[in-house]
Amino acid sequence: MNPYLILSNISTWVVPCLIFMAIFYAYLRGIKVFETFVEGAKEGFGMSIRLIPFLVGMMVAIGLFRDSGAMELLGNMLTPLLKILGIPVEVLPLAIMRPVSGSSALAITTEIMKANGPDSLLGRMAATMQGSTDTTLFILAVYFGAVGIKKTRHALTVGLFADAVGILAAIFICRLVFL
Amino acid sequence: MVNLLWAGMILIAIFVAGINGRIDIITQSIFSSAEQAVGIALSLISIMAFWLGIMKMIEKSGFIHVVIFFLKPLAHWLFPGIPRNHKAMNAVLMNMSANLLGMGNAATPFGIKAMEELQKMNHQPDTATDDMCTFLAINTASLTLIPTTVIALRAATGSQNPTDIIGTTIIATLCSTAAAVFLDRFFRYYNRLKKY
Repeated sequence: MNPYLILSNISTWVVPCLIFMAIFYAYLRGIKVFETFVEGAKEGFGMSIRLIPFLVGMMVAIGLFRDSGAMELLGNMLTPLLKILGIPVEVLPLAIMRPVSGSSALAITTEIMKANGPDSLLGRMAATMQGSTDTTLFILAVYFGAVGIKKTRHALTVGLFADAVGILAAIFICRLVFL
Repeated sequence: MVNLLWAGMILIAIFVAGINGRIDIITQSIFSSAEQAVGIALSLISIMAFWLGIMKMIEKSGFIHVVIFFLKPLAHWLFPGIPRNHKAMNAVLMNMSANLLGMGNAATPFGIKAMEELQKMNHQPDTATDDMCTFLAINTASLTLIPTTVIALRAATGSQNPTDIIGTTIIATLCSTAAAVFLDRFFRYYNRLKKY
């Protein structure tokens, strides 16, 4: 059996197994499973609705920055710096987009893989970059938004710093391993 | 920092669009993004409701102790402000487990639940606590063992070996998580020193 099958099986099995064991165990312990489920599920609605203002604020800013061409401009300005660091220009849009917008980053990763082949150095680099960091601005908006935190202190700085480290690490490790 | 970033992105965007003669794009972009944001929040209701229901059951039955067993010592070190066996710790650990296993959309509901519990211990409700910042740091660095989305994407684009990026992804995500935890700790001590 090849590793891909085993791993994709693990990730497709883990959720159903967890749900099975959670319900099975709770039922054996004599817990009123349905009532308990509903009681927990009730909280989901309010939490999601409370997010809306934070998400609208953040996503409008991100959308404007991307659609106006400002993102492209930033990319062009950064290109000389990247050449010095040895970062391929092709993965630059991904590096900029990854902390900002999850869906756009995924689209760029797909594009890079299709254009260069998923098993090329660039394809693997893009995949590693995509997989190793998360959409910082989205997470910040969602998690702080859910509880109404307005003063986020050092969270954004830490998140963006971690993204930069993750992206650079992804590029250098891929060079080391796949070149 | 958030205020600067937010204002900067919008003001620069309008300025750039104006210079490029594409000012008409601004209104269009605002409405489509705003609509998208509401759509995301609405679609979150369904997974939030489901996973929080399961979470309640796992907590009540005590099954949670099995799920979070391995991560508990690490979490106590990362979050010194959360008391042992507190509800916030349970949600934090469920969120970390979901991220590690690549359980995709399950991590967000647990994460939001964790924030809610952390907020109950917060004396200044509009300001993030140290533990909240650490929690965000770990989530933005996205510590993961199985990058499910990327593996699926590689398989879909015809890769010969879709999983061969797992090793590099784990190393890169370890680097970003280490960087996040390190900088977060630095801020914790720095802020404490500033106070006295």
